Amino acid sequence: MAFPDILFYICAFLTLLFGALVVANPFSRNPVTSAMFLVLTIISMSGLFLLLNAFFLATVQILVYAGAVMVLFLFVIMLLDLKEEQRRKINLFGIVTGTASVAGLGVLLWGTIWSQRSPANPDLKLIGDTKALGLELFTKGQFLLPFEIVSVLLLVAMVGVILLSKKELK
Amino acid sequence: MTVGLEHYLTVSAMLFCLGLLGVILRRNVLVIYMSLELMLNAANLALVAFSRFNENLTGQMMVFFIITVAAAEVAVGLALIVALYRKRQSAHVEDLTSLKL
Repeated sequence: MAFPDILFYICAFLTLLFGALVVANPFSRNPVTSAMFLVLTIISMSGLFLLLNAFFLATVQILVYAGAVMVLFLFVIMLLDLKEEQRRKINLFGIVTGTASVAGLGVLLWGTIWSQRSPANPDLKLIGDTKALGLELFTKGQFLLPFEIVSVLLLVAMVGVILLSKKELK
Repeated sequence: MTVGLEHYLTVSAMLFCLGLLGVILRRNVLVIYMSLELMLNAANLALVAFSRFNENLTGQMMVFFIITVAAAEVAVGLALIVALYRKRQSAHVEDLTSLKL
């Protein structure tokens, strides 16, 4: 087995393991633990991005998600001062139907993905580094309008957050 | 077996199912929100894999925009959760049922 394939299996295993620990941690029900495992999930997923030659996105994933977004999450968790989540009575019907529907979706996706093998193509030359993405973003003209809309969206989000965080909501 | 598109899509699908399971089963609003982020990341992984194996950068551009929008979305969502917590003093979905008939 080639070296990148071994790296893929390691990264995929770590991503899924940490993802499972975000959702259901058998040792702790504290949201802080979930947030920490989400950081680990994102970091191992950026390893997968590196294996897919998406170097810029791997960096952005760590900077924006593991850096900015998760700090925001931890900040809010500390702000809310949540106590250790106490066990409440479990809704067995909800758990059974929820798990069954998720399992159904999983089987459906699995069958769709593996129903048709794509041809093996070993010499892929696409490199998603900063230069390639910058050229794609700014010179084709195809993404200029979405780019401007996203900048307005960020401004709107900032104004919205400030408004929501004011002392009295009118 | 060499790792191809199917393997990446399988990881993405499994991660998406994990996130969905978290949204359905967990009762803490913040953990539900984190599971949503997990689902978003699974979609990103699928897009990057498609982009790589079709040799087309458009998928990666889309992920770039998704990450930007997700950052804005997290900021607004967390502000909403904080505002909700200030009103109700609880981050538990079973305490937030005023829309229930």
